Amino acid sequence: MTIDFLVAALMTIITASTPLVFAAVGEIVAERSGVLNLGVEGMMIVGAIGAFATGIITGDPVLAVLAGAASGALMAFIFGCLTLWLLSNQVATGLALTIFGIGLSALLGHQFVGVTLAGLPRLDIPGITDLPFIGPLLFGHDALVYLSVVSVIAVAWFLRHTRAGLALRAVGENHDAAHSIGYPVILIRLLAVLFGGAMAGLGGACLSLAYTPLWIENMTAGRGWIALALVVFASWRPWRAFFGAYLFGGITIIQLHAQGLGVAIPSQILSMLPYIATIVVLVLISRDDVRMRFNAPACLGRSFHATG
Amino acid sequence: MNTEPRLRLEGVTRRFPGVVANDDVNLAVEAGEIHALLGENGAGKSTLVKFIYGVQSADSGTLFWEGTPQRIANPKAARRLGIAMVFQHFSLFDAMTVAENVALGLPRSFARSGLEERIHDVSRRYGLPLDPGRHVHALSVGERQRIEVVRCLLQEPRLLIMDEPTSVLTPQEVESLFATLRQLSQDGVSILYISHKLQEIRDLCHKATIMRGGRVVAECDPATRSAHELAELMIGTDLSLPRRTSVAGGASPRLEVRHLALESSRLHGTPLKDISFEVLAGEVLGIAGIAGNGQQELMDALSGETPLADHHTILADGRPVGASGPNRRRASGMVFVPEERLGHGAVPQMTLWENALLSGATTSRLVNRGMIRSARAREFAATVVRDFDVRTPGVMQPASSLSGGNLQKFIIGREISHNPGIIIALQPTWGVDAGSAAAVRQALIDLAADGAAVLVISQDLEELMEISDRLCVISQGRLSPPMRTKYATASRIGLLMAGS
Repeated sequence: MTIDFLVAALMTIITASTPLVFAAVGEIVAERSGVLNLGVEGMMIVGAIGAFATGIITGDPVLAVLAGAASGALMAFIFGCLTLWLLSNQVATGLALTIFGIGLSALLGHQFVGVTLAGLPRLDIPGITDLPFIGPLLFGHDALVYLSVVSVIAVAWFLRHTRAGLALRAVGENHDAAHSIGYPVILIRLLAVLFGGAMAGLGGACLSLAYTPLWIENMTAGRGWIALALVVFASWRPWRAFFGAYLFGGITIIQLHAQGLGVAIPSQILSMLPYIATIVVLVLISRDDVRMRFNAPACLGRSFHATG
Repeated sequence: MNTEPRLRLEGVTRRFPGVVANDDVNLAVEAGEIHALLGENGAGKSTLVKFIYGVQSADSGTLFWEGTPQRIANPKAARRLGIAMVFQHFSLFDAMTVAENVALGLPRSFARSGLEERIHDVSRRYGLPLDPGRHVHALSVGERQRIEVVRCLLQEPRLLIMDEPTSVLTPQEVESLFATLRQLSQDGVSILYISHKLQEIRDLCHKATIMRGGRVVAECDPATRSAHELAELMIGTDLSLPRRTSVAGGASPRLEVRHLALESSRLHGTPLKDISFEVLAGEVLGIAGIAGNGQQELMDALSGETPLADHHTILADGRPVGASGPNRRRASGMVFVPEERLGHGAVPQMTLWENALLSGATTSRLVNRGMIRSARAREFAATVVRDFDVRTPGVMQPASSLSGGNLQKFIIGREISHNPGIIIALQPTWGVDAGSAAAVRQALIDLAADGAAVLVISQDLEELMEISDRLCVISQGRLSPPMRTKYATASRIGLLMAGS
């Protein structure tokens, strides 16, 4: 009875955290290359509607997931063109991208309101998934959950151990030096931004295909902003972002369960918890000025223009 | 036997809006030759070198590499030919390790396993000690330069370009760099050595090409010319050394610092330990030292950007100002010239007259009850521009539009026009062309002659020897006792700089 409850709670925590993992890890890659893309929320929600619409029209879950990633990447491409080639301000462009994404998704999603989707199939290995406790927790998820874990491992390894990852970090650390050595700063940044967009789109796809398999306007509900906070919270490291995402996902779910159990706290206060936690954590880690400066990519948010 | 020079340039021309940076430049560098490229800032040296290294294209002209014409489209292509470059502003990544920094500058095939061993090999062979696992931000400037040099040498270059390599080194470090370069030259590596330090060029280089205003004005064997001759070729006019006036004996101290100790608020900063000195009326006191030994912290403490706990640590004309901020100190007759011109000494996007207003708002009464007296401020700025020979179309120009030398003349001029009793300058001629540097030094000496106390903190030893009456050395946050400049020798100061 309690074990069943625990398993159910943990399962929902995993489902709630996965979109955050995708979005945060994608943004880490973009920010490590020196681009501050505040449009995560917008890319997520466009990814969500892209995935949902494709799922309804084609009925193919794989196509739906790919469409989610592609929609996010397309949004990121707009952002990349504006900030990297046309040198627009990254902060303002990112905010505009979010507002644009929310509007665009509402427009596209209008005809899908109220339609439900079957949701993504779960892994379910007969015999193993039925094991008590460990079975459903390890083998009872949809493919996106596993993909999110793989992506964390891959990104961490890429940033640390590959030459391309080294170049990406170099561009984010000192773009003038990287340029003078001969690295294509704009191209590297564009690729990083596209990757970030695709990951945010996948995060959105998690929401509309798995978490609540239907379309609701503005269904990301601020998760893009939490993902952005997570990047700083994790001091730009993929594994820390992964655990941070689960922490935040956990708070969201515990809040729901607490409401279900009738804890005598107004539900609004509980709904605020993840956001308050974000602020508290950001304040705490920002106190050490020196560490912050050392962890953050030194060229974050700065436009690059090749002079000479 | 190949009789073609290793590198030959023919008729290289590059125009920028408003200026011809390179005008029909010819240059030949032989195998194993150390070739000096000499010229003031703005003479077109950097543009030329960027062309050779493929960072920038030329409008016309041909580059011959060992006799064959080549088009070098980017630095990668240059490295493939065997051209390597050590930049003046290091192209290093602070948050990464030495090995990662080296790997970033190497072609893919070089950066495989065993890189750390090869770094060890090269650094032993050429006397360039380096630890591959350390992070760059924790290294001294000299060590950082070694990373750049090692990075180049690992590619076994046949032409090594060095852009002002010694501006940040101690005399001893310069000696060991020269030993490395001579050994490379014996191994057949050509070196293109860019500098405006004449003595070094005479010691090191086999041949010199002198540029002025984008053109080659002379070629010579530097060892056969005197430094003064070279300087005149470089500047194109008769160069006058600063005129000195001797200090009257028995002058009273105008600036006193007593037992100044301060933890650094900077990342990897140097704490100051028990610093005491005084600057007399009519005197120039020089503080020498290698970057990162507490100069920034000392400047912060003296300027009031980091106010001190004890008010009596700093006395300006006998009045304690230790706990005051910059404005109170300015009101006591102190003025400051920080190291960074753009962003610290001046706001880049603001016009010259607005920049004049910023430091002179109270002392020169450019503000009246909170309202800007803009006509008066413009007039003030125009006076500075005229008196200090700042080359600019007018005081409505943004500070960022001025060249380094002109902006520095403006900043120094602005501060001097406030009629200060005490002026404190950090690196006043850093990155400034020789003509402007001479003007800045002369202005500081003249100010001292009028009875002000002048404190100059600089890494440029030649400069301090030239202008200061007494000299101290700062090393690891400690200040040596002052010595009379005429008794100071480069080797003695070098030892103090190295902290012994």
